[in-house]
Amino acid sequence: MALLEVSGLTVSFPTPDGAVQAVRGLSFDVERGRTLGIVGESGSGKSVSTQALMGLVRGAEVAGSALFEGRQLIGMPAEELRRLRGAEISMIFQDPLSSLHPLYTVGWQIVELIRIHEPFVGKAQARKRAAELLGLVGIPQPERRVDDYPHQFSGGMRQRAMIAMALALNPKLIIADEPTTALDATVQAQILDLMMRLQKEFDTALIMITHDLGVIADIADEVLVMYAGKPVERAGRRDLYYRPHHPYTVGLLESVPSTTGAKERLKPVPGQPPSLLRPPSGCTFHPRCPYVMSRCRREEPPLMGEPGHQSACWLPLDVVGLGPEAARRREEESS
Amino acid sequence: MRPLLRVTDVRKYFPIREGLFVQKEVGRVHAVDGVSLEVRAGETLGIVGESGCGKSTLARCITGLYPVTSGSIEFDGDPRREVQMIFQDPYGSLNPRRRIGSIIADPLVIHRVGTKAERRRRVQELMELVGLNPEHFNRFPAEFSGGQRQRIGIARALALRPRLVVCDEPVSALDVSIQAQVINLLKDLQAELGLTYVFIAHDLSVVRYVSDRVAVMYLGRIVETAAGEDLYKLPRHPYTNALLSAASVADPDLSARRERIVLTGDVPSPIAPPSGCRFHPRCPKAMPKCVTDDPRLLAQGRPEGGHLAACHFPVEPGERLGSEKAQIEQESTEPHLEKGGGT
Repeated sequence: MALLEVSGLTVSFPTPDGAVQAVRGLSFDVERGRTLGIVGESGSGKSVSTQALMGLVRGAEVAGSALFEGRQLIGMPAEELRRLRGAEISMIFQDPLSSLHPLYTVGWQIVELIRIHEPFVGKAQARKRAAELLGLVGIPQPERRVDDYPHQFSGGMRQRAMIAMALALNPKLIIADEPTTALDATVQAQILDLMMRLQKEFDTALIMITHDLGVIADIADEVLVMYAGKPVERAGRRDLYYRPHHPYTVGLLESVPSTTGAKERLKPVPGQPPSLLRPPSGCTFHPRCPYVMSRCRREEPPLMGEPGHQSACWLPLDVVGLGPEAARRREEESS
Repeated sequence: MRPLLRVTDVRKYFPIREGLFVQKEVGRVHAVDGVSLEVRAGETLGIVGESGCGKSTLARCITGLYPVTSGSIEFDGDPRREVQMIFQDPYGSLNPRRRIGSIIADPLVIHRVGTKAERRRRVQELMELVGLNPEHFNRFPAEFSGGQRQRIGIARALALRPRLVVCDEPVSALDVSIQAQVINLLKDLQAELGLTYVFIAHDLSVVRYVSDRVAVMYLGRIVETAAGEDLYKLPRHPYTNALLSAASVADPDLSARRERIVLTGDVPSPIAPPSGCRFHPRCPKAMPKCVTDDPRLLAQGRPEGGHLAACHFPVEPGERLGSEKAQIEQESTEPHLEKGGGT
C-alpha cells in the first residue's frame, strides 16, 4: 500500500457563471521515501489539488478519495485534519514571508508548532529542538538566530526555516508547493540539495509541485504532468524527459531553450490554456494540439499505457520521444 | 564604430535616512557601483545576476528612470524617444482602469505625435505587429492573459519607434509555453525593426538563448562579460562558475553529471560591501590578496576576444572548483536530531 493514494479527485468552485472545474479527476500514488513531481502551468490545478486534500481550500466542492495510510482525507472532520497537518503531513509554500508570522520570533513559531502537537514537551526542550532544527537546515549560529524575527532572515534563510518547521514533527509526507520559485539560482540549488539530503535521511515522501522543469529534473522520481485540471502524462523522470508521449509534455519540453546553447527557433505551444468554466470537448488539449485528430474532439482520452508510463492521448503508445523523428511519427499518425 | 549605448563608470547610490524631523543620511545602498559597458546597434546584451545585484537599477539608469549618482550614459540618438523599456510584471505595469488602446497610445500623446486618427491607426498597427487582435483596442487589461498583457507592454514600448529596448525580466512572470511565444516575438521584432536589446533576466538559459554578449553582475558590479557562448562554455570568474553550476536544467542526465559548486552564505549587504573583491567572503578560491585588492575587469585569453573578468585568480580551463567551504558547512550541520523525535 502506498503512503498516499489519491483517486478520482475533483475540485470545483461554484461561481455565478457556473462551476469552475479546477481539478477534474486526478489519481496518483506516493510511496514512502519517494518524490513525486507535479508539473503544470498556472491554472493546471497542481496546487489546488493538494491544498484540497489538506482541507485548505475554502468554498470548494471536493470529491473523490485520498487515502493516507488507509485513512480517508476527503470529508475528514476539520479538527482531525488539523492534527494531521504538520504532524504527519506538512507543507512548504512558495512565499516564506507570508507563511511566517512577522511579530513572533522564528524559534517561537517552531516551539508553538511542536507544543501544539506534543503538549507534554517542555518549553525549554522545545526551544532546544527548534535550535537543532535550524542548525540541521544550515542556519549559522542557530542558538542565537532562533530568537530572530522573520524579517531578520534573508529569503533563503526563511525558506530554510520553513523546511525546519516542516521537519519539526518528523512527518511522513511533505508537500512542497513551488518552494524555490521565489529564490535565486544559487539559493535554489542550496535548498534543493538540502531537501534531498534530509528526505533521504528521514525517509520522508515528498510531493514537489512546480512549473519549473529544471527543478523536477533534479529532484523527482516520478513525474505527473497536469493540464487544465487533469493529469495528461505520468512517467518516471527519465522517461518523461527523453521519451515523452503526450503532445503537451513535448510542447513544454520544446518551449525551453536548449541546454546546449543551440539557437534554433523555440517551439511554443500555440494558443492559451482553456477556460475551466467551459472546458473544450473531448481532449482538453485538442484546441492547442498540433497533432489533433477528429477523435480527440469527441472523446476524452483516459490515462493509458503501462503502470510506469501513462499518457492521456489517442496517439499510439509507441510514438514517444523528442526530435524530428518523433515529430514525423506523430504527424503521420494524426493525418 | 561608435556604439549605440556607452555606459561609463555609472554609480547609483540610494541614501538611507533616519530621523523624524531632520532627515540625516546614515548610509547608502550601493546598488550600482561603477559599471561600464557598451552596446552596439542591432545586438542583444544580456545581463544576469541574482536579486540585489543591481541589474534592474542599472536598467532604470539606462532608460533615465533614475538619475545616476555619478558616471555617464551616452546614447547615439534621442534618449527620451529612442530608449524604451519593457517591464517584468504584466499585471502591475498596465493601469487596470484604462483601455489598452489608450495605454499603447500614451507615448504618442506625451510626445505629441500625429492626430487622434493617426494615433488610432498606429495603435492598431502596433497591436497587429505584436500579435494582438487590432479590434480589441477598446478592451481593459483584465480581459487579457499574462502573455497578451506582455504583448501590450511591448506594443507600448515600440510606439515611438525606439532603437534601444531595455527588457527587464520580460518573461519571468509567464508560464513556460507562453514564455517561448514572447521570446520568439522579441526576436522577430528585433529582426524586423533592427532593434537593439539590453535583456535582463535571472534565467540563464533564456539569456543565453537571446543574447549575443552576456554580462554577469554581482553586488553592483560587472564581474565577467563575454560573447554568450564563451561565457557559458568557459566561465572565468568563480561566481559565474557557481551561478552556471547552480542553474537547474530540464535534462535529468545532464543535471546528474554536473558538479555543483554550492556557495555558502548569503549575498552581503550592498550598504557596506566587502573590501577587496566583493565576492571574496563566498569564493572557494579566495586568497589574502582578494580581501585587500579590488580586482579590475581584465581581458581573458585573446585581448580581441572581448572576454573580461574581474578576478585575481581566474578559473582555468579544466580546473575544478573545490567546494571546501561547502563541506565545512555540511559537517557543521550534521544532524544532531534523533530520528522519530516525537517521543
